[in-house]
Amino acid sequence: MATTETVLEHHDVHDHSGDAWSGGKSPFKASYGKLMMWYFLLSDAFTFAGFLIAYGALRFSSPTWPVPDFVFSTAPFGIHHAPLIFVTIMSFLLIISSVTMVRAVQEGHRENKNGVVFWMLLTVLGGLGFLSCQAWEWTNLIGTEHMSVTTNPFGSHTEDGVYLNEDGTESEETFKAGSSFLLHKAGAHHGDDHAEGGHEHDYTPGDHPGYVVDEKGFIHRKFIVLEGKDAGMVKTESFGPAAFGALFFFITGFHGFHVFSGVVFLLIILINAGSGLYMARKNGHEMVEKIGLYWHFVDLVWVFVFLVFYLL
Amino acid sequence: MASVATKPIVEQDDLIIEEYGYDDHFHDHHHGDKYQSNFLTTYVFSQDHKIIAKQFLITGMFWAVVGGLMSLVFRLQLGFPEENMAWLKPVLGKWININDGIGTLSPEFYYALVTMHGTIIVFFVLTAGLSGTFSNLLIPLQVGARDMASPFLNMLSYWFFFLAGVIMFLSLFLSTGPFSGGWTAYPPLSALPQASSGSGAGMTLWLLSLVFFVVSVLLGGINYITTVLNLRTKGMTMWRLPLTIWAFFVTAVLGLLSFPVLVSGFLMLMLDRGLGTSFFLSEIYIGGQALDHVGGSPILYQHLFWFLGHPEVYIIILPAMGLVSEVLSVHSRKPIFGYKAMVYSILAIGFLSFIVWAHHMFMSGVNPFISNFFVIFTLIIAVPSAVKVFNWIATLYGGNVRFTSASLFAIGFVSLFISGGLTGIFLGNSAIDIQLHDTYFVVAHFHIVMGVAAFFGMFAGVYQWFPKMYGRFMNETLGKIHFWGTIIGSYAIFWPMHYLGMAGVPRRYYSFDSFDAFKHFAEMNQFITVAAILTFAFQILFVINFFYSIWKGKKMTTKNPWGATTLEWTTPIETGHGNWPGKIPAVQRWAYDYGKDGKDFIAQIEPLAEGESETH
Repeated sequence: MATTETVLEHHDVHDHSGDAWSGGKSPFKASYGKLMMWYFLLSDAFTFAGFLIAYGALRFSSPTWPVPDFVFSTAPFGIHHAPLIFVTIMSFLLIISSVTMVRAVQEGHRENKNGVVFWMLLTVLGGLGFLSCQAWEWTNLIGTEHMSVTTNPFGSHTEDGVYLNEDGTESEETFKAGSSFLLHKAGAHHGDDHAEGGHEHDYTPGDHPGYVVDEKGFIHRKFIVLEGKDAGMVKTESFGPAAFGALFFFITGFHGFHVFSGVVFLLIILINAGSGLYMARKNGHEMVEKIGLYWHFVDLVWVFVFLVFYLL
Repeated sequence: MASVATKPIVEQDDLIIEEYGYDDHFHDHHHGDKYQSNFLTTYVFSQDHKIIAKQFLITGMFWAVVGGLMSLVFRLQLGFPEENMAWLKPVLGKWININDGIGTLSPEFYYALVTMHGTIIVFFVLTAGLSGTFSNLLIPLQVGARDMASPFLNMLSYWFFFLAGVIMFLSLFLSTGPFSGGWTAYPPLSALPQASSGSGAGMTLWLLSLVFFVVSVLLGGINYITTVLNLRTKGMTMWRLPLTIWAFFVTAVLGLLSFPVLVSGFLMLMLDRGLGTSFFLSEIYIGGQALDHVGGSPILYQHLFWFLGHPEVYIIILPAMGLVSEVLSVHSRKPIFGYKAMVYSILAIGFLSFIVWAHHMFMSGVNPFISNFFVIFTLIIAVPSAVKVFNWIATLYGGNVRFTSASLFAIGFVSLFISGGLTGIFLGNSAIDIQLHDTYFVVAHFHIVMGVAAFFGMFAGVYQWFPKMYGRFMNETLGKIHFWGTIIGSYAIFWPMHYLGMAGVPRRYYSFDSFDAFKHFAEMNQFITVAAILTFAFQILFVINFFYSIWKGKKMTTKNPWGATTLEWTTPIETGHGNWPGKIPAVQRWAYDYGKDGKDFIAQIEPLAEGESETH
């Protein structure tokens, strides 16, 4: 590869005539390596676009869709009912790591080795922080809330209704169409919802007066429909669209894999920069700039992922 | 450096390069060690674009023979369903069932053969074997570069293709057989391992192989685009590029933007297969069992697939068009007619290829109003295609045509492209497609327009640039026999299929025994099968000619045997690493100065004469 770099340098040295496209130089005033990174990112953007289009197609063919404010309302240290707080912290870490990346690139242009290492280190920390947050979020969704790629316990009501008590009598607890619920799993603890109340429940699979327990152990509460053509009927809560879980884990997982690869590459380049390799090349730490392009791209993708899963 | 010719033949163009070229000090450094220190780095893990081109070509030829032989086996089944196939038992083993001494081809394996034939020819032969070979060979040589932008990634591109090939090859030997659900791999056949015998391990290997293949295409494509944009020699403006380079460039852009979308579909398919998700699966019964899958959409897969699938046919045909344009111009000793119109039509075809994909899905339940949109843009693609055909014919018209093997195949390409293109206009119409979809009419259409035609472009390219690759010529007599056998044979195979299709004979069927309506086509099917076997025999002739000529062909004595203007013919006969032994040539004019000012041709490196204005 070094040979072609030499070719390029000499192109630039020898040709001072003609316009940018007349041959013998790069029309974009960028080296081949930087251009290749741009083209790779362009193709990667199309992969993510494919996923997001699949998301749109499946979401709009679903009668209901979980409400993000309800699904993503938990944070570590027992914080509940805090919609989107945790993901805000997570996103902030990633965005701020883009800022530190910009500083690393800037120090690279100034040929300041220590500056590059310092700012890249902060960028790596930001990336690792984001990944740790994602790991906690997945653990919480899978382990505590029992969402998986095939099962989505985050449902929504499509009719107004009133829940039944455990003994099958009508309760005071009413809800409107569009409100969200989480199907709990028998025997599991769900934060503050089930912390109190000492009496024993019968959660053997089957039909109970106030709820149904399915073979996976999910408890589906019964309710009476209050309005519409089914008014007066007793129904049970059903699972939310399975596509939500599949898409969420798949797309955020694919993005997380990009962040992870980015952290690995950042570390390699950080070590190289620290060893003085890029100082010797005298090209303004171009490798730092290239990984910077990738890092900003991963951030930009997160903006879209964040938009479709957490805001819409 | 070792590659400098030991017996320098000083020719006119060497002097011009010495005077007008520029010195990039390439040969001041020692790269000899890096590129050609031993057998492994010279011929196996080579980073030299010319060697990589040969690797792509020969691997592509291997797959063409495999894919072609597969088609012969299923053609035997279609042409002679009653015949005893026991003689194939030694090769196909348990896929030949023997009952009372009569051997029959197993239906499962028939579907696997059809599927593998499509996959192999489309991806391994006509994508990697065509664009991989000629983009690698010609981009650096024709734009005036020492090598690709990144020789290392270029090497990886070949080896990922090789790995994809190994995996696909292994899948042929699975006890459950290779994937058998069609080359498009539609779910549910591709998504449910229990759906058919090939849907299990066969499909897993198919997916794995094609993911590696996409990596290869992307590594190659990124390199081609960057090299064309960044490494053009001094004076090589975009409007001076030969049409080959324009075609390879747009091909690479199409690959870069469409293959990633296929990958997103493939990854979701993998999850559906492995983790039980329902991206592409909805309520479905299999073997009387209701599956858990709900909410997915098989149509979604089709959209993602054809978003690649349609640009893919232009990824196949554009390089062939580029090669044909160059060969026709060189051998009719005339400038290509309408150079700029050719470039704009390549760009228009490239753009339009992204907004026509759902014409493959008219009958799969897409909204008829959306079909209107796709019909219109599909028919509009006929315009730039017709411009190109017109320009090829106008290039030949009044030319002093030399009928070499290369130019014959180029002319054959134009013929096939017209015949196959016209039926595309029928199929692009969503109303007529109701009758014609999934019949032999479709098979005839796409085999002529992008299968055989692309092969013709490839053959034209091989005959034309064989001397540049190996310093020897292929045998012209054998080449001409190859041409006539192939063009007559191809029409004999695919012309009758139009009639089958119009009568409604469906494609991909193992047997038509139970259809009285199709009984009278039995003899036509026999005719097609015989024609296919003969046409395949002519291809063996090509393979023999190819390998014979590498070692025993007539030697090249001059650098520019065809009298072409482009830069690759200014390199020494034995082109070493770095392509030019001294300076890099500078370009002074466009690539098509044939018959200008009373001269037979003027090379791109020759400066404009006094008072001469540049042609465009």
